[in-house]
Amino acid sequence: MTLIRHELKQAWKALLIWTLAIGSFIVICMVVYPEMKSQMESINSLFSSMGSFSSAFGLDSLDYGSLKGFYGVECGEILGIGGALFAALLGIGALAKEEKNGTAEFLLTHPQSRAEIVTAKLISVLVQIVILNVAVWLMAITSTAAIGEAIPWKEFTLLHFAYFLLQVEIACVCFGVSAFLWKGGVGIGLGLAIALYSMGIIANLTSAVDFLKYITPFGYCDGSAIINKCALDSTKLLIGLAFTAAGIVLAYWKYSKKDIR
Amino acid sequence: MGNKAITAAALTKYYGRARGIDGLNLEVETGDFFGFIGPNGAGKSTTIRTLLGLISPTSGKAQVLGMDIEKNNRAILERVGYLPSDASFYRGMRVREILKLSADLRKKNCDKAAAELCDRLQLDRDRKVEDLSFGNRKKVGIVCALQHDPELLILDEPTGGLDPLMQHEFFSILRERNEKGVTVFLSSHILSEIQRHCSRAAVIREGKIIACDSMEKLAESSARRVTLRGDVRREDLPECKNWTELGDTVSFLWSGEINDLIRALTKADIRDMTIAEPDLEEIVLHFYEKGGEQA
Repeated sequence: MTLIRHELKQAWKALLIWTLAIGSFIVICMVVYPEMKSQMESINSLFSSMGSFSSAFGLDSLDYGSLKGFYGVECGEILGIGGALFAALLGIGALAKEEKNGTAEFLLTHPQSRAEIVTAKLISVLVQIVILNVAVWLMAITSTAAIGEAIPWKEFTLLHFAYFLLQVEIACVCFGVSAFLWKGGVGIGLGLAIALYSMGIIANLTSAVDFLKYITPFGYCDGSAIINKCALDSTKLLIGLAFTAAGIVLAYWKYSKKDIR
Repeated sequence: MGNKAITAAALTKYYGRARGIDGLNLEVETGDFFGFIGPNGAGKSTTIRTLLGLISPTSGKAQVLGMDIEKNNRAILERVGYLPSDASFYRGMRVREILKLSADLRKKNCDKAAAELCDRLQLDRDRKVEDLSFGNRKKVGIVCALQHDPELLILDEPTGGLDPLMQHEFFSILRERNEKGVTVFLSSHILSEIQRHCSRAAVIREGKIIACDSMEKLAESSARRVTLRGDVRREDLPECKNWTELGDTVSFLWSGEINDLIRALTKADIRDMTIAEPDLEEIVLHFYEKGGEQA
């Protein structure tokens, strides 16, 4: 508990900034929605007829003119990329930062097993992701109510839940990588997040690389599929959970026998 | 074997191909004030970090307080206080918070001991750690190592950055603890420090212990520093080392029989002469020159 509390105390400022940044972007989009809605007729036909660009962002199968359609795209871009970057940075720094900042000797010469340290750090990463997602979800719901639209509870919540799982997956994979690092790996984390995001876009563009949807967590976060079917793709989800578990196992395995620098 | 604070048997650590320590054997008795001497890169920190479980040995065995370093790392850490050579702490935290964190991680309340130690070391507990000088950060490390009343203190180059007054205070704290039965294991390349405070010492060279004994024995087993004024020729003294001439004064280390020295000197014309125990510096140099043959 001491270590979890310590981790969260160290992290709360960054968490607050990320939450506000992602949350306020979504709020801004919701606030401009009524304005856009009035001009939506023309926009909608334009957006859905831009060929591959439309399919890349799911504009062809989502009705951009409806709140759900608008939100599926907006939320996808903002919470998707923002959350992925946040989760990647969180995961990649979790274990490596102790050695990078020279605090590993302090931490690891207190009576705790390596496994206890990994557990505490993993929990604090997950707690931060939960806090960010609950806060952003609340901001989205509140702002929807504020513009006088009916709240599509099920669709919104499912979409947010999918992005929550995406962040957990990316954070856990980065967490596993983090156990191997001793210099901090901001570049690796950001690179991985952006690569996974791009994979999702590319897979939407051409069905030739459809398999990418099974690799990247953006595969099960496809806003148009979630909003239209109101369900998550269980195969992709299971693969995602497997990656999540692999990251966690990797972290325990490596960190428990790591030579600390 | 029960009353050994530290034992290491053929303890070896290689970082890939680079040597850390190589077949290191070491015994530290409970209650010792033990010095661990060697130049940078000899393997002092590697030894300490292996004992504490920060790195795992390539081969060999070691016990701390009778417990295996690989199997009982956690239990060892509970009873050991460690001061790293370069103590770093979490940015943004105050000294008070660091000390509290350290105590909490040990599930102990150390407020009283911490306050006492901070007073003695003149450490301001309201400062932020990143604003502290190297010496003051060292003091934070010292309090963290001492506040939970450990049975064994492992101190890696403890006095770097401390001014002479603080060093004095620090060593009086260590002596008090040692008198209460705490084992002190102190690594240093500052020989005078070891000589002044330790009862036993080991010399490490290229990853191996080349001498380990009480301070008196270490001095005894080694050469004498001979200083002569007069007309002496080096050829008459084949066993001398470290020969220096300054005007009509010569000085050298003699590691052979004293009788041989006297016989050899009868041929010379000598006006003044002193034979003294060399200081630790010379002992270590002597061991180093011998190329690691066991004393």
